[in-house]
This record gives sequence, C-alpha cells and structure tokens, in this order.
Amino acid sequence: MKKLKGMRIVAALGALALVAAACGGGEPAPEAGDLGAVTVPDGEAIQIRSLEAITGEVAFLGIPNQTATEMAIDDYGQIQGHDVTIGTGLDDLCSNEGGQAAAQTIASNDDVVGVIGTSCSGAAVAASPVISNAGMVMISPSNTSPALTSDLAGTAGTDYHEGYYRTAHNDLFQGRAVANFAYNELGLTTAAAIHDGDPYTQGLAKAFADAFEELGGTITLFTAVNKGDTDMTPVLSDVAAGAPEAIYFPIFQPEGDFIVQQIGGVSGLENVTLIGADGLLVSDFLALPETEGMYFSGPSLQFGDNSNEITGVSATDFLVSYEDRVGEPPSAAFWAHAYDATTMLLKAIDNVAVDTSDGLFIDRRALRDELNATSFDGMIGHIQCDDYGDCGSQEIQIVSHEDTSVTDSTQLPVVYTFSGKS
Amino acid sequence: MTTTENKPAEGETVVRERRALRLSWVDGFLWAIRIGAIIIIAVGLIGSISKFAAGEGLTAEGWRDLIVSSLAQGAMYGLLALGYSMVYGVLGFINFTHGEVFMSGTMVGFIAANWLFENGIWDANPFLSMILVLIVAMVTSTVVAVLIERIAYRPLRGAPRLIPLITSIGMSFFMQYTFAGLFGINFNTYPPPPDVIAGTVNILGLEIRTTQLTVIVIAILSMIGLWYFVTRTKTGRAMRAVAEDKEIAGLMGINVDRTIVTVFAVGGAMAGVAALMWSLLFRSVNYIVGFIPGVKAFTAAVLGGIGNIGGAMGGGVLLGLFEGVGPILILGGLGIPGVTQLKDAVAFTALVLVLVFRPSGLFGERLGSEDRV
Repeated sequence: MKKLKGMRIVAALGALALVAAACGGGEPAPEAGDLGAVTVPDGEAIQIRSLEAITGEVAFLGIPNQTATEMAIDDYGQIQGHDVTIGTGLDDLCSNEGGQAAAQTIASNDDVVGVIGTSCSGAAVAASPVISNAGMVMISPSNTSPALTSDLAGTAGTDYHEGYYRTAHNDLFQGRAVANFAYNELGLTTAAAIHDGDPYTQGLAKAFADAFEELGGTITLFTAVNKGDTDMTPVLSDVAAGAPEAIYFPIFQPEGDFIVQQIGGVSGLENVTLIGADGLLVSDFLALPETEGMYFSGPSLQFGDNSNEITGVSATDFLVSYEDRVGEPPSAAFWAHAYDATTMLLKAIDNVAVDTSDGLFIDRRALRDELNATSFDGMIGHIQCDDYGDCGSQEIQIVSHEDTSVTDSTQLPVVYTFSGKS
Repeated sequence: MTTTENKPAEGETVVRERRALRLSWVDGFLWAIRIGAIIIIAVGLIGSISKFAAGEGLTAEGWRDLIVSSLAQGAMYGLLALGYSMVYGVLGFINFTHGEVFMSGTMVGFIAANWLFENGIWDANPFLSMILVLIVAMVTSTVVAVLIERIAYRPLRGAPRLIPLITSIGMSFFMQYTFAGLFGINFNTYPPPPDVIAGTVNILGLEIRTTQLTVIVIAILSMIGLWYFVTRTKTGRAMRAVAEDKEIAGLMGINVDRTIVTVFAVGGAMAGVAALMWSLLFRSVNYIVGFIPGVKAFTAAVLGGIGNIGGAMGGGVLLGLFEGVGPILILGGLGIPGVTQLKDAVAFTALVLVLVFRPSGLFGERLGSEDRV
C-alpha cells in the first residue's frame, strides 16, 4: 500500500511537470507547415548532404560534382550567421541499392534540410521517394532520366516525387538533339540504339529512338547489353542484320570499349557512324584508336562568360579555382550544374529561414515553394523550374572526335548545339 | 504392388496401369520440361531457318562471324573448365578460385605486354612477343594455383568436402581485392593485336578473323598437349590413378601430394593459356575479369560431365555456342526482339536443360571411387 501511495505522488508530480512544460516558454516560434521544419540552434551549422558517385568506375562523374558543391558553399558563405556543411560526402554507388542505402542514412537525420545529388539516375530512382517522404529536397546536377521528372508534356514521370529538382537537362531533349543531328545534319535514315538496362541509358536511347522515328527515320534495332558483358559479337551481329547507318550507344565503360573494339569483327558494320554520350567522354576511351570518327552527345559546355548570379563567380574563374584545388580539370561535364544547384538550394534556404529565439527556423514546405519559384542566371544559363523539377537550361551539344591523340573531352570540337528551351 | 488374383493377361494390364499411375509428379514435371524445351527449340529453329531463307535476320556472313566468335569464346571457357574438372576429379570439390588464377595470368600478362609494346618489341617481333606474354601468363597462373593449393587446400585435406569449397570462395574474394589493391580498379587494355594477326584469313572459302582462328588453334594444340600428358606420361598416369582412388594410389607408391600439386599446376597452366586468349579476344582486363568466366567455365565443366577432361573442353565449346548463337537462333526465331541481353539466361538455361535430359552431363562424369555411387 505504501508503494502505491508513493507511485501516486510520482504520477502527480509527473503530470504537473508536463503541464509546466506545455505552458512554459513563450518564445514566438512560427508554426511549421505540413512537412515539418528544421531548427538550427545558434552556433551550429545548417546540414545539407552531397550524394554522388564518388567511388568505382564512375567516380569520374561524382567527384567533380561533390567538389563543386563544396566550392559553392565556400563561395556563398554563411546563411544568416550559420555555416553550411555537407558533413561527409555520401556515395550513391551509381546503383539503385547505393542510392537507397544513402538516402535512408540521410532521411534518418532530421536535421538535414536538402541534398545535392545523385550522380546517376539509377540511384535517384531509389533515393527520390525516400528523400521526398522525409520532407527534404533533392537537387541533382547530373540525373537526366525523364522518368525522374516528366515527359515534358504534362505527365509526371514514373519516378517523380515532390521535392525533386535538377539542373541537368532532361534526356528527352538530348535524344531529340541526337536524332536531329543524325537525321538532318548527317543525313542518316536508319539507326540502331543500344542501352545497358539502367534508367539513364534506357531513357536516353528510347528518347533518341522516338525522336528519330518522329523525324521520319527508321530504328532497325533497339537492344541492350548487360553491364559486365564482354562478348559483344552477338549483339553486334544482331545489329548488323538490320544494316543501320548509325548506332547510338549512350552507355559507359567498359561495355563501350568492348563494342568499339569488336565492331570491326562483325561484317556489315564497317561504315557505320558511332555516336556515344557523355558516359564515354572519358580520356581512356577517347584514347582508343577505334573511337576515331565518333560523335558524342552531352550537356553543352559552352558557358562563355556566364557567371552564377548568386555568388558572382564566372565559369572560367571556377575552372581556375577547381584546378588550383584539385590539381587537374574536372573529369566530367556537370560541375557547373552542381555549382548552380548548390547555390539554388542555399539561396532558397536563405530566403525562407527565419531567425527565432531557438535558432534558425527553416520550414520544409516553404523551402519547396521557394525552390518551385526559382528563377536566376547560373553558369549553365537561365535556371527556372517547371512543375516537375526540371530547372536546367536544357542546352545540348554534340562533339566530334577526329584525332585520337586528343583525350581531353573539353577540347573536342563542337559540331552541333541544341537548345531545348527555345 | 502387383495383383495376382486376376488371369495373366488381365494381370499384365493391371500391372502396367498401376505403374503408369505411380508416375510421380516430379517425373511428370520433368517430362513436361523436356517436351516443352524440345518444342520451343524446334519452333525457334524453324523460325530462324525460315527467316534466313526469306533474307531477313543475319546474313550468311553474319552467322559465320557469330559461330566462329562463339567457338573461340567456347575454346577459352573449355580451357578454364579443365581446371575445375581436374580438381573436382581428384579432390572432389569445386575450386572457385580458378577464375582468379585466370585473372592473375591476365593482369601480369598485361604488364609484360605493355612493357613489350612500349619498347617497340610488340610490333617488331609479334610472335616472340606473344610467346613471351604466354609464358608470363602461364607461369603466373601456375605459381598462383600452386600457392593457393599449398596455403588454402592442403591443410584441409582430410576435412569434409564443404570446407575447402567455402575456403575457395573466400580465397577468390581475397585474390580479387588483393589484385584490386595492387593494380587499382581501372581497366587495363592490352596493346592491339599485331598486324600479322589482325585482319582475316581465308579458310575453305570462309573469311575468318585471324585472332579468333589463333585462339581456336591454340586451344586445339593445348588439348592435344594435355591429352598426351595425361595418357602417355608417367605423371599423367599418376594423376589418373590419384583421381581414381587416392588411398590405393598412395599404397602403390605414388606421391599423392606431389600429384595433386601437379593437377593444380596443369590447371593453372591451362588458365594461363586462356589468359592469352582473353588478351587477344577482349583486350581489357581488371581485377574482376575472372569472376564471370570462372562461373561460366564451372558451368561448362558440369555441362560436359564433371571430372571428365574431354567433357570439360566439349562443354566449354558447347557453352560458347549456346551463349553466342543460342539467343539469336532460338529466341530470335521465335520473334523476340533484342534477345542478346538474354545470353547469360540462355547459357544457364542450357545447363539446366542438359542436366534435365542427362544428369551426368553430356560426356559422363568421371569421379573417384569415393564419389561414385
């Protein structure tokens, strides 16, 4: 009986404490929206994350993106007296599993406001729903798969989730650019397309095939190789059966290497025009003698005098700083997109953050609304978001590779440009 | 159960009926698979033949290129499969590290080839260069195979068969990442085949690529050499004896340990030859290049009959053909587009079908007395 009486006293004290806590305070913290909010206490840094492919064969894609993100944070400076940090750069492993695992790590930390990433569309397919459900935002500098945003005709992509944005182009434009180039500029009427099963390559090959047929060309074969395949003779024989004048294979190494090395052994493909995409704009691929005469599609790097309106840094200045910092020029084409994406996020956070007595209050819904209304001039051109997260300038270029001693992809001559937003 | 109450004539009918009714579900299912496979293959073949007759699909040159390239790849699988078959015949477990033995030959062979190329010897003396690379690859693979036997398998000689199998899987990962650490993860590309074996050669009116012909010729020569070694020399006879029955061979005065080392060494040497073939056919190598060919070579060994050396080579060639020609011939004939993505699926389905029709493999297993039922 004594115990029970003691318990009653403790319970009463507990209830009093709860009431006191609820009624205590009196600071005017704003009400959070339906997605919740992040409060950054004074003296602490605002948490964002970088999720790129920083290891493995595609590290050449992710490392420049992460470095550009870090440089943009340095250039922007503090937000309302708070530092911004990306913590440790996370790895998307350029795969579904990697994107999923890293996104779950990020989502489990309530202090994270937004993510700059992923590098690979395949990883974003898994990461986008996780980040979106956590109320956070993700801005990708190099995802290009149409499924992640929309078909540009008003239908959301199958993997579109609210809170996803990107400064990279939508591959529907890249496919159209390559189709225009092949059909109108080169005068080729038959083509085959080869992808490797992942969302980026499949989306791009399909965009090309659809656009090419729309122009009046014929796609003789739409096929794929598996990642890790070494023997390309069967697939090339199958392609040769249709006698196409061009082959578009927007895949990666080493499958791209095997295709160009083995294409000479398949009769019927001697005079075929080979077109790759930016996955193959890597120096050891360009050094292969068999790549002479190839064309490559990719985002336009003709930044000219463009500078990022938010930090005032120009593209040329950025390249100089990058080389000072890393020791060599960026190994892939999306550094400017990463820089612009980071400044886009930082500016939006700056605009919606409210300084309260608890710290900096960042409402997640307000952040998304602010990002939706983005409109500024970045290094890549004018950045403005449509309803499904496509914010980039949609500029595509096609380069030609005549001299195999030139292995720096930025030195290749541009033979065609395409502007998706015109 | 037979029934004896009826007259003999009726009794027989009843017995036969009973036997038919006792056909279990498993047997019935297997028969359904056999019949289904035959139908699909027949329809696919007929479809392909009619497509060819109508002038669609691959041209005659296309088929020729495809078949020769598949044979060359099959020859490579066959040489690798020899290692799996011999080790299984003698020691009774699958040596999963054999793929990495092959990979070590390709990586070190690359160093030699690159050195020769950079010093101009590759183009100046093509045959000498290739023989040098072959020797380097063979020596490396042999040394690695023998080392692995000494370190990982000899201490486990008396252990239950599952233990060395698991050890071999672990050893395989260890080798892969050791090489990744030593050489990095990037692909290294062998110098292009010297001009004398680039291009095509005209055999019996068919234009065949010289690199693929070289690979097939090397495989044939290796098989002849191996056959001679196994059937005509004392060491070969010792190998066959140890494969037959280890204890009795030991009692007969054969040094069992040394013979087993020889088995691994010969398997390693064959893997070294396969490494040269890879360098001619595919040219790009890195630390993980041995994994899938290893799995496929093991499949080939099972396909041909595990423990059977001739079966290993035959299984390899057949697997190469199934994998290269199969998708386009059978599935293409059924009208499915873009079938070459399914070549791995076709290769392993072929394995399943062969085992469903003939469980001991195409040429029959050769197992030691402990494993034979």
